[in-house]
Amino acid sequence: MSLDHYLVLAAILFSIGAATVLLRRNAIIVFMGVELMLNATNLLLVTFSRMHGQLDGQVLAFFVMVVAAAEVVVGLAIIVSIFRTRRSASVDDVNLLKN
Amino acid sequence: MHTLTSWATSVPFSVPLTEITPIAAEPVRAGIYAVAPLLVGLPLASAAVLLLLGRRSDKWGHWLGVLASAGAFVIGLLTFLAILGRDASQRVLDVHLGTWIDAGAFHLDAGMRLDPLSLTFVLLVTFVGTLIHVYSVAYMDHDRDRRRFFAYLNLFVAAMLVLVLADSYLLLFVGWEGVGLASYLLIGFWNHRTPYAVAAKKAFVANRIGDVGLIVALGLMFATFGGVDFGTVLNADMSGVSQATLTGIGLMLLLAACGKSAQFPLQSWLGDAMAGPTPVSALIHAATMVTAGVYLIVRSSTLFDAAPTAQLVVVIVGAITLLFGAIVGCAKDDIKKALAASTMSQIGYMVLAAGLGPAGYAFAIFHLVTHGFFKAGMFLGAGSVMHGMDDQVDMRRFGGLARYMKITYVTFGLGWLAILGVPPFSGFWSKDKIIEAAFIPTDGQEWRAWVFGGVALLGAGITAFYMSRLFFMTFEGERRWSTKTDGSPQHPHESPALMTWPMIILAVGSAGLGLVLGVGGRFVDWLEPVTGGGEHGEPVLSAGVLMALTLVLVVAGAVLAWRRYAVSTVPVIPPVGTVLTRAARVDLYQDAVNDALLVEPGQHLTRSLVYVDKAVVDGTAVGVGQTTVGLGQILRKTQTGFVRSYAATMLVGLVVLVAAVLVIQS
Repeated sequence: MSLDHYLVLAAILFSIGAATVLLRRNAIIVFMGVELMLNATNLLLVTFSRMHGQLDGQVLAFFVMVVAAAEVVVGLAIIVSIFRTRRSASVDDVNLLKN
Repeated sequence: MHTLTSWATSVPFSVPLTEITPIAAEPVRAGIYAVAPLLVGLPLASAAVLLLLGRRSDKWGHWLGVLASAGAFVIGLLTFLAILGRDASQRVLDVHLGTWIDAGAFHLDAGMRLDPLSLTFVLLVTFVGTLIHVYSVAYMDHDRDRRRFFAYLNLFVAAMLVLVLADSYLLLFVGWEGVGLASYLLIGFWNHRTPYAVAAKKAFVANRIGDVGLIVALGLMFATFGGVDFGTVLNADMSGVSQATLTGIGLMLLLAACGKSAQFPLQSWLGDAMAGPTPVSALIHAATMVTAGVYLIVRSSTLFDAAPTAQLVVVIVGAITLLFGAIVGCAKDDIKKALAASTMSQIGYMVLAAGLGPAGYAFAIFHLVTHGFFKAGMFLGAGSVMHGMDDQVDMRRFGGLARYMKITYVTFGLGWLAILGVPPFSGFWSKDKIIEAAFIPTDGQEWRAWVFGGVALLGAGITAFYMSRLFFMTFEGERRWSTKTDGSPQHPHESPALMTWPMIILAVGSAGLGLVLGVGGRFVDWLEPVTGGGEHGEPVLSAGVLMALTLVLVVAGAVLAWRRYAVSTVPVIPPVGTVLTRAARVDLYQDAVNDALLVEPGQHLTRSLVYVDKAVVDGTAVGVGQTTVGLGQILRKTQTGFVRSYAATMLVGLVVLVAAVLVIQS
C-alpha cells in the first residue's frame, strides 16, 4: 500500500464530504458531510505521522476529534432549536442574513 | 518730562512756525485732576443705576440723570479752570489710571488726556448735554420709558467723555463704540415702530463700516510706531515712516470719521437717524457725537500733517459733503431732516477745515463749538414746535407760528442768524474763518484755494437759503396747519419753562459765544498747544473781500428764501419741482446708489455663496456618503442568506488559496 492510496482515499472522502455540504439541504446530513471532511483530514494526519515516524500528526488527529465532538454538540443543539422554531431542518430555510 | 521749553531748545530755529511741535503729556495725579475720572464715572454710574433699578427708579430717575450730567459739567469746569491757570506750554496733562493691557511686548496704560482740545469737548458735551437733559425732562414727560431714555443719555455722555478724554487710540475706540451703541439705542428708542428700528440699524451698520477704518488704522499704527497711545504715535518721528503708510493711516482715520460724522460716502444714515426723540437729535446727531470724526482728525493732526495726500482727500470729502448736505437741505420738507442735512453740511465745513492743516484745525474746532450751540438750540426749537403742533414735522403744515411761540421764535431766530454767519453772531466768527482758510493756497497750489474756497463760499450762500426757508416756512407766512391726529384743530402753544430755558441759554450762546471766543483769537490761542500755531500764508483774495462776498451771498440767499417762502404762498402739497429738487428730496439718490452699488451686489454675493456652499461643500460631503451607500447596495446582492452558498464560497476560496501556494512553490 503506497502513500498514493491514502492520499487518493482522503481526497475522495473530502470531496464527498464537501459535495454533501454543498448539495444537501438537511442540516443533519450537512453535518455528516462536515464530519466526513474532518475525518478525511484525520486520515491524512495519521498517514503522514506514520510516514515520518513522528507522533505529532496523531496528536493533532486527536485534537481534531475532540473539537469535532464539541462542535457536533453545539451544532446539534442549534439545529434542534432551529427545528423547534421553524419546524424544518432545511438549511435553506435559515436565511435571515439575506440582504 | 518734556515741556515746550525743553522742546524749543532741542529744535533748530529753521523749523517753520506753522509746524506743530508736539508736547509730551505731563503726568499729574493730585488736586482736581484726581477727581477727573469722575467725569466719566458719574454719568456711567447713573446709567447703571437707572438700568439696573428698572421701574423702581421711574419717579426720580430723570432727575438723577440730570444731576449726573450736571456733576460732570462742574468737574469739567473746575478742571478747565485749573488748566487755564497753567502756563500755555504746560496745558497738556495726563492722568494715569493704571495698566490696561500688559501682554508681552505690548503694554498699554489707560489714562486721561487733559488738554485744551479734550477739555473743549468736555465742556461742550457736558454743558449742552446737561441743558438737553433738562429739556428732556419736560419733552419726554408723557413717555412711559422716560427713565430708560435718561439712562441711555447718561450712557452716551459717559461714552463721549471716554472718547474725548482717552489718551490712546484704543481707549478712544472704546468710547467710539460706546457712543455708537448709545446712538443706536436712542435712534431706535421707539423701536416698536418698524421704520424707527430700521433707521437705528442703518445707522449702526453705516457706523460699523467706519469703525473698520479705525481698527485698520489701529493695526497700522501698532505696526508702524509700536504702540497706539497718543504719546507714542503723535510724538513719533514721522520722517522715518514711508509716505504710503502715513497716507494709509490717514485715509483709514478719515473712513472712521466719515462713518461717525456722516460724511460722504457714509452719510446716508444721518437723515434717518432723526427717528430718535428730538433731544437725541439735538445732542447726539447735531452737537456732539457726529462731530467725533472732526475730533479724530484734529487729534491726529501730526499724522495728517505728514500725509498731504490724505489731507487733500479730507478736504475733498469735506467739500463734497458740504455741498451735498446744503443741496439736500433745500428740498426737505421735514423740519428735522432739513436740520439733519444742515448738520451734515456744517460738519462738512469742519472736515474741510481740519483737512487744511494747521491753518484750519483751530477753526474746525471753533466751528464745532459754535455749531454745537446753535444747532442744538435749533433742534430743541424744532422739538418745541413739534411739541406745540401735535408732533407735526412737515414744514408745509406750519406757518405763522411766530405769534404763538414767541420764545421758540426768538431763540430759533438767534440760532438761524448764527448759522447764516451774520455778524456778530457766533457762526460768523467760525464759518467766515473757515472760508478764509479755505482760500489759502496749500503748498503754493492756487487751484486748491480757488476750488475749495469757492465751494465753501457757495455753501455759505446755499446755507443761508435753506436755513431761511426752514425758518420762514415755520414761523412766517400764513397758517397752513392741519388738524390733529384726533381731528380736533391745532392749538400751537409755547412749551413749558423746563424746555424754554435750555433753548434760551443755547440761544444766548449762539449769539454771543463767537464774540467772546473769537475776538483777539482767544480760542485759537487756547487750542494752540494741540493744534499748533496759526501762522500761515495769505488767502488768494483779501480777508475783507471774502467777508463782503460771503455776506452778499448770505443776504442773497436769505432774501430769495424770504420772497419764496414768507411773502408768496407755500403750497401744502409739495410741487413736482425740478429734477434737482426731486433728486434732493430723496437725498440725491444716495440710498438708491448704495442699494445698487453695495446692497444688491452684496445680496447677490451672499446668495451665490449660499449656493456654492450647498452645491460644492455640502455636495461633496453628501456625495461621499451616497457613493458609500451605493457601493453597499451592490455588495448587498452577494449576501443570499443561503448557508450552502457561504460554504461554497469558503471552499472555492480555499481551493484558490491552495492552488496559489502550489503555483508559487513550483
